[in-house]
Amino acid sequence: MASHSTNEFKSGLKLMIDGDPYSIVENEFVKPGKGQAFCRVKVRNLKTGKVVDKTYKSGDKVEAADVMDTEMDYLYTDGEFWNFMDPNTFEQVGAPEAAVGDAKQWLKEQDTCVVTLWDGVPISVEPPNHVVLEVTQTDPGIRGDTAQGATKPATVETGATVLVPLFVDNGDLLKIDTRTGKYISRARED
Amino acid sequence: MLTGSNWQPSAALETLKKRARILQGIRAFFDARGVLEVQTPLLSRAATTDVQLASYQVDTDAGPRFLHTSPELPMKRLLAVGFGDCYQIAPVFRPGEAGRHHNSEFTLLEWYRRGFSIDELIDETAALIHHLHGQPLPLEQLRYAEAFERQLGLCPLEASDAEIQSLLERTGLWSGEREALPRDSALDLLFSEAVACHFPDDRLTAISHYPASQAALAQIDPGDPRTARRSELYWGPLELANGFQELADPAEQRRRFEADNQQRRELGLPEQPVDEHFLQALEQGHFPECAGIALGVDRLIMQITGARHIGEVIAFDTHRA
Repeated sequence: MASHSTNEFKSGLKLMIDGDPYSIVENEFVKPGKGQAFCRVKVRNLKTGKVVDKTYKSGDKVEAADVMDTEMDYLYTDGEFWNFMDPNTFEQVGAPEAAVGDAKQWLKEQDTCVVTLWDGVPISVEPPNHVVLEVTQTDPGIRGDTAQGATKPATVETGATVLVPLFVDNGDLLKIDTRTGKYISRARED
Repeated sequence: MLTGSNWQPSAALETLKKRARILQGIRAFFDARGVLEVQTPLLSRAATTDVQLASYQVDTDAGPRFLHTSPELPMKRLLAVGFGDCYQIAPVFRPGEAGRHHNSEFTLLEWYRRGFSIDELIDETAALIHHLHGQPLPLEQLRYAEAFERQLGLCPLEASDAEIQSLLERTGLWSGEREALPRDSALDLLFSEAVACHFPDDRLTAISHYPASQAALAQIDPGDPRTARRSELYWGPLELANGFQELADPAEQRRRFEADNQQRRELGLPEQPVDEHFLQALEQGHFPECAGIALGVDRLIMQITGARHIGEVIAFDTHRA
């Protein structure tokens, strides 16, 4: 089993800790002038997203995690699995709900997402930073209502709800920031 | 730290100019006090026996030599022939040390004062910092055991190994299923990550009376032999300087070097050649009653300039050297 020594530790390095895959968020070298050297790391559990602190003696070896981030195109969902395809190899994987998480509100067919694979199994999905989605239901804005900053909820084609300006109508295409869930602007379909 | 191509410095030019002024300030401080600058070799036939330090080896035509981890031993040889109070601003080398506050090549300011107690030398170190920083900083003085007990509720001198391991687990610093850390390593981790990290940022904290097991080249305190006459100075949570009431007894000093090498054997680490020139100086010279201290110049500059990474105060850190 491949391992990494603490000398190799850096942000983004993937490690196996207590049977789960983790990614290093932050790494700090700790050593008093006349004492033992340690490595203190903040690591994110790639299955649960939880961040914890770990301490290692400098020079200790930690098992490497077979984790890869791959760009894959979203195909469809059957409600149980969300299916993605590697556009280079045409290989398909099915990600369970736990792996897709919040990303499922923003997935649109053919959009390229980053799928994290552990031993070839999807454990998390990151949608593109922005997505263009059609409004399927929103109350009409009152004509002439020019109040600045007023918003109303709108449901988009994935079922997600976004707060939008009052002039937005059913059928409009919205550009949405997937990291914040916020409306950016109306969009033209590319 | 600056990004940009690696041929460029890791520090901003303005910071390097501040560094130059700080170095001038250090020289002016000692000049005013009659402490003279010396330069001693970076290379030696001997290497530090300290179990936690490695030394770079250089193959010279006269045989293997080692880059020093501090200028201590040759400076003490000068003291043993009556040179008098002296200081040195020296590059030192510690393999494997790299991080926000570590660069494997860094700069130490080390000086010795005859007739000073270690407490008086700590006061002088605080005075140097005030002189360079331009503003006074409050100085709190605590014994190692007091600081430890105040924060963690356990006396590090009296606690059993098991109690220390259990404290480590409770702080979340080391989990119980892993192999137990040796006592001094456990104390190091606790002191750094659970005690010193709470020292207020705008204060100097002097920690005295380190445990006897961590005496290094300091005298054991005759008043409390569980402790050594070793002190450290912190600026906020950052360790800046380490000082000793210097051990003059050659037999005791040799015994400590041999104990280090014994521990190295047990840990599977290479034994290091002991500095016989230094031991001869203690045996045959007149080593004075004195206190000595070593201060990390780069870290001092970091604190004065507000730098967040040591590369910001060094012209070319290890990644760019």
